[in-house]
Parts: sequence; structure tokens; C-alpha cells
Amino acid sequence: MESCAQKKTYKAKDYKSELKPIWCPGCGDYTVLNSITRALAELSLPPEEVAVVSGIGCSSRIPAYTSVYGFHGVHGRALPVATGLKLARPDLTVLVTGGDGDGFSIGGNHFLHACRRNVDLTYIVMDNQVYGMTKGQASPTTSPDWEGSKLTPEGTGINPFQPLVVGLASGANFIARVSASDPINMAKIIVEAIQHPGFSLVQVLSPCVTFRPEQAEWRDIVRMAVVDYTDDAARAARRLMTDDGFNVGKVLFKGSRPPFRPEHENSDGSIAELEARFAL
Amino acid sequence: MTVKSVSLVIAGSGGAGVVTAGSLLLEAAAQAGWYALMSRSSGPQIRGGEAASMLRFATEPVMSHDDSFHLLMAIDWENISRFSAEIPLVADSLIVGDPAHGDAPAALLSGKPRQAALPMIALAEKIENGRPNMVALGAIAALIGLPPAAMRIAVERALKKKGAAAIEASMAAFFAGIDAATTLPAIPRLPAVTAERTPRWSITGNEATGLGVIRGGVRFVAAYPITPATEVLEWLAPSLAKVGGMLVQAEDELASINQIIGASYGGVPAMTATSGPGLSLMIESLGLAVAAEVPLVVVDVMRVGPSTGIATKSEQSDLNIAVYGLHGDAPHVVVAANSVSDCLFTTQWAVHLAEAMQVPTIVLTDQAMGQARAILPRPAELAFIGQRLTAPAAVEGERYKRYAMTGSGVSPMAIPGTPGLTHTADGLEHNEFGTPSSQASDHQAQMDKRSRKISQYNYGDHWADIEDFGTVAGDAPQEVPLGDTAIITWGSATGPAREALQRHADAGGKARLISLRLIAPVQPEKMAEALRGIKRAVVVEQSHSGQFYRMLRAFYDLPAQTVSLHQGGPLPFGPRQILDQLNQLTSGSA
Repeated sequence: MESCAQKKTYKAKDYKSELKPIWCPGCGDYTVLNSITRALAELSLPPEEVAVVSGIGCSSRIPAYTSVYGFHGVHGRALPVATGLKLARPDLTVLVTGGDGDGFSIGGNHFLHACRRNVDLTYIVMDNQVYGMTKGQASPTTSPDWEGSKLTPEGTGINPFQPLVVGLASGANFIARVSASDPINMAKIIVEAIQHPGFSLVQVLSPCVTFRPEQAEWRDIVRMAVVDYTDDAARAARRLMTDDGFNVGKVLFKGSRPPFRPEHENSDGSIAELEARFAL
Repeated sequence: MTVKSVSLVIAGSGGAGVVTAGSLLLEAAAQAGWYALMSRSSGPQIRGGEAASMLRFATEPVMSHDDSFHLLMAIDWENISRFSAEIPLVADSLIVGDPAHGDAPAALLSGKPRQAALPMIALAEKIENGRPNMVALGAIAALIGLPPAAMRIAVERALKKKGAAAIEASMAAFFAGIDAATTLPAIPRLPAVTAERTPRWSITGNEATGLGVIRGGVRFVAAYPITPATEVLEWLAPSLAKVGGMLVQAEDELASINQIIGASYGGVPAMTATSGPGLSLMIESLGLAVAAEVPLVVVDVMRVGPSTGIATKSEQSDLNIAVYGLHGDAPHVVVAANSVSDCLFTTQWAVHLAEAMQVPTIVLTDQAMGQARAILPRPAELAFIGQRLTAPAAVEGERYKRYAMTGSGVSPMAIPGTPGLTHTADGLEHNEFGTPSSQASDHQAQMDKRSRKISQYNYGDHWADIEDFGTVAGDAPQEVPLGDTAIITWGSATGPAREALQRHADAGGKARLISLRLIAPVQPEKMAEALRGIKRAVVVEQSHSGQFYRMLRAFYDLPAQTVSLHQGGPLPFGPRQILDQLNQLTSGSA
């Protein structure tokens, strides 16, 4: 007979550290932090069985603001750290947090291959279309005509990166877009993303009030997506390539590829057997 | 005539079976009770193309290649001139070629070697499915004294799947070669070994490297293919799977190093193997592992640099980047293997050091030892197993300090999954809790701690191999060296240096070998002890700029009379070159 031991329940605040975020007042990342902790509480995951991994950037500060295991690495390399951690420790729930520059510029190659490899991770990208920590330069998702940076005073003139289209094409197994202005919905989507096997990509429209004050309008522009998710990648691609980037609040795509696990035997085989092959 | 060692080369075009012949010869020599060292050289073609197998056989373990070869057996002359610099031939040497392929190219004849003909094709054609390379092996066996029974065992093993007919065809060609060799001029022969044989292994440096990390406890490897490190990974992939570990092919070296950081943070000892270009890409994240105090091992199988350099050939020129490449003050450990068998010892030790000190440890090996196969005495079992100081169970009401100040500098590490000890490991400077801090006092304290843990560690006697030549071979180092001369070296240069010292001793000389295994942190006190009574030294390394010599000059008190013998790759040092320098120094003309 199975034991009926009561599973311990947690509140969102149980997943927050005592550290006060260094973010600007009004930054969208505050609600992302809230939604992550709310999602973890919803799943009642013991904090020690969760790890949050990040690279560098404003949003990459999140691990230290949580009470779970955290790893704050170098710029652009959060996904490989998380990949190694999850493969070595499949028992852990591993989240990756970061921004658009960290994930799609310096870490762009890892993004492609993390989608491809489909390790069971949840990647939450706070997209504010700007490098905030270095005080306001164009990021890969910035519009080509944004003239707010001294580095590119005439605008970048380069088409913005389409993270969800690229993610889909590269093999991400779960794709959603949410808005920082709706933390309850975001928490719900993060719960789904964590529960879905394989690589889950959640793009959060998270405004930068300091370097992109015009993004304050996002809360009025975003709209709840009208259709539910599809498991048909071609249909998802059409939707993603024809939307304006402001359809939020719903899962867009759910794939069924099994997560990546390299071949290995769990038995602790003998090193003597390996050595025997060298013996004459 | 029998001598201590025989050196020979088998060369030919792609498809001539040069590589197979070399492997068979090595295996047969092992069966005959000999020791051996085999290196390979090949043209730039990805597949096929000319190749040369360089072998040296002896009745004692082989330390290095010789200065020249006794025999060049050329199955054909296809592009063989490409190898002429790697195949020194002298007047006593013998070139054997097939008259069907014409004369030997002039590039091989500068040392005025003897020449002889062996109609390999014609003899092979008389045998159904006979192959010229087996005729060549027969002739070689007859010339060097290799018993046919030993070759039969090697052929039977290699051709087991192809069946009895293939084995008999090969052996028939082999015997045709033995018969034909009666017309060939003599070269030195090795005596048959009749004494009871000690257990021996056949292993490459890259395989030994893989075995070393598994023995040390590594169970996670992420890596990106790169010459000449790929064989480490190819050996590890199936081997790790058998012991409950895994290897992941990463998208690039940036991913490799960060994946192993993630795995090691998760509590699983981890490593990657690469070569110079890959190490360059990993440098930033090696600094992360220093700051976040994540143990890991990076093996750099060095090749000729800079840039893509000569990818298939050896050099000892990554010393600077391994020691000084990281930005900021980033104390870490650099160790170097100095022979094929030492790849096993040094990588296993490296895992032990990395785990014990929670520090990234770079292991330097190189193409010459990595891709060489040796028949050697079975390596000893080692006690080094990676053991990490993990944090004790959480104490209620007490916040865990991941980077706690301790006397040793090593802080007990909490592995994810442990209740009550959650924390964030950080590449940002931090306080004892791991909380980011830009305070001068925190930086000072954490720097002191990270530096202390590797400077105070007891590395024991493994920091260097110290051997006295001129005493009875194998003696432990005396308290005061018998001679007043030393060779200070590291890595692959150690092999020819050992042989030079042996020859020096055979001629009545006395000198000491100091081969550094621990490159960083430096050990000035131990070196001072090792140099007590030494008045003259030769520093030997395969680096164009003398990186090792400069490092020694910066950190160690060297004898007043110290000369630097350095040259870039890809040609290895010959023992003679080192001996000449040693003689020059001891005769006072240096």
C-alpha cells in the first residue's frame, strides 16, 4: 500500500531570497521574478530540487533573488551550464533566465543548439529589446530604426531577430509568449513550460522603463492570443511569422519530441573491464 | 648483432596498408616480449593519402624515438619526401624499396643510407590475396629478429573476423618476405625475450588520458571535436557509458566548458579535452570556474600554433596561455604529463587536485604523446580519487556560506538537492554567502582564499620527476645529487632528455633530470631543494620563444650557468641534440 504522506506545500515567498533586486522601479523583471516563484509554489517543488541558471544582464540577476540553487555564470553561456547541470542531474528542475542580448546575440549559437538538443529545460527570456546593464544599446530584437543608442545613432538598420520563429525552426519543444503586465497568466504558462518535457521557450515582453520608456505602452498594445496552441510545427510557423509580436498569454506550440538523454548505463560498471582492453 | 633498440619506419601511399602494418608489428613485438613506441605521420588528406608509421623496439621500456632510423621500409615512394625531415637516415641506415616503384627519391638520401630492393608486389602476386605490406613485415621480422610465431598471434587477432583464409594468405606473404630478406643487408637485431614477462599494456597517450580521468572519478564530459584531442573523446564516449557516465558532443568549446561547469556544480566530476584553439575559446569560462570555485579538468592536447597552425603535429607552446591566459588574478592549477604512461597518472592526479581544491585544473599533453602508442609496463594502481569537501547538513537558523573563510581556503560545497543549503554560485565577486559584492574587503578576502587554497595545498613529490643518472638506474634521488649538472624540462621533451641523460651516464657522466609535472602554482622551495648542489643546467622545451625557460627565470632561482635549448615544433628533439648541449655545458664551452 502506498504511503499517503502529505506533500509539503510552499508559498511564492518561500522561493524568494532576502536580497533586494537592483532593478529600476517599474522594470518588467520584477513581475517575472514573482511569476517564477508563484509557478514554483504552484508546483510545490522543494527549493533544493530546483536550480535557476543565468548568464549576464539585468534579468540574469534572478538566481540570487531566489531561494533555490542558483548559478550566475558568464555572458551568453547560461544554456550550456544548464544543459550540463540537467544532464548530470536529471532529478533537478532546471530553469534558465536571461535577456535578449544574452540569449540571442552572444549566446545565439547555444540558443539554436539548446532548441535542437531538447534537454528538459525551461528557458525564460526577458525580452526588452535593449542592453540595459550597459546603459542602453541595441539588442538583436531591437527595431532597425531605433535611434536611442550612441553606438548606433542612425539605428541598426538590421532586421530584428525572431526568437520564437528561430526557436521553432531549431526544434524547441514548447513555445509561448507572455507579457510582464500579466503575472498571473505568466505563472500559469511557466508551470506548463516546466511540466512539458524537453526544451521549453518562454518569451516575456518585459519592458525596460529606463532605456526604452516607450515600452510602457506595451501593457496596452499586447492582446491575449485568440487561438490555442498547435502541435503542428508548420501551422505554428505560419502563425509566428504573421503575428506582430504582441499576441501573448497562450502557449503557441507544443511538440512531442522526447527530451535528449545521452546513452549510458546506470550500473556502475567496472574500470577493470576498461583496463583489461589495454592488457597484453 | 644485437643492440638495445631498433628503430624503423614503414611508409607508403594510402591503401598500401602502412598503418595496418605498423599496428601488426607493434602487436607482434608485444607478443615477442619487447617494449615499443609507435608514432604516425600522415599527409594533409582527410582520408587516404601517404602515411608513415615510426616504430622503436627495445627489450626495456622505450622513452623516446632515436636520433635516426635503422630501416625505412617503403611500400612505395608516393609523396614520401614530405616525411624526409621526420625520418632522419644516416650511413648505417637501410632503405628498402620495391624495384617496381623505381628508385628512392633524392630527399631521402642526404645521409647516404644504404639501399636494397625487395620485390614486394611480385612476391605478393604469387600468393592468392597476398599483400605487399605483409611481405614487407616478413622482411622486417627477419631483419630485426621478430619471431614469426609472434606475428601469427597478431595477424590472427587482427583478421579474426575475415576468417582463416585471410589469415593464411597474410602469413604466406609474411613468410615470403622472411625468405626474401636473406638477400638484404643486416641491420641491428633485438634478442628474443625469454625471461618471465611482467604484465604490459598497449595504449596511446590519448587513451591513457581518458582512462586517467575515469579513474579519477570523472563521469561527465562535454567536448567539441578537435585534432589531436579527438581520440581522447572517442575513447571516453563508450567507456564512460559503461561506468555510468556520459559524454556530450557540444556545439562549440564555449558550450563544452560551460556544460562541464554545470555538471560539476551539480556534483558530478567533469572534464573536457581540446587543443590550443579550443583552449583559447574556453579561457573566459575557466575564469568563471575559478571565481565560482567549480572543480573541473581541461585537457589540452597541444599542437603547433598559433591559430590553426599545424593541427596534426606537436609543440609545447600552450604553456603561456594555460598559465597566464585568464583575465584578472585567477589562481588555478596547470599540470603536464611527460610520457604516454604519465598521461594516465597526471590526468588522474588532476581530477584529484581539481576536486580537492574546487579549482579548474588544466592538463597539458601534446600530439606527440597523445597519438603515440606504446607497449609499456602495466601502470600502477593509483590512490587518487577525486574527493570534494561537501557541506554538512544544514543547521537551523544558520545561513549557509558557500564561500566561507577557512584555513585551507577550501569551503565546504553544497550540492544541489541538499535541503537548507541553497545558494547562488557566482562569477561576480561575492561575499562568503555568494552574494554579489563590489566591496574591496570582500574582493581581498575572496582573492586571498582562492589563492591560499592552491598555494597551501600539499602536492607531495608529484610536482616533478627527479631522477639521477650516473647512479644505479632506478635509484631514488639522493639528498645531494651526485653530479652538478641538471636538465630541467617538461612534457614530451622529457623522453629524449631521459635518453640523453642515460647516454651521458653510459659515458661516465652524472646529471639530474628535473621534469616538472606541476607547472602552476610554482614550487620555488621544492625546486631549490632539487637544485641543491647543481651548478649547471640545460632547460629543454619545444617552444620557439622558450616559454618554459622564461617562466623558470621568473619564478625560480636557477644555477648561474643555465642555458636554454628550445625549438618550435613540429620536429621532436632527438636525444643526441640534448646530449650535445649537455656535453657542451659540462665541458665548459657553453
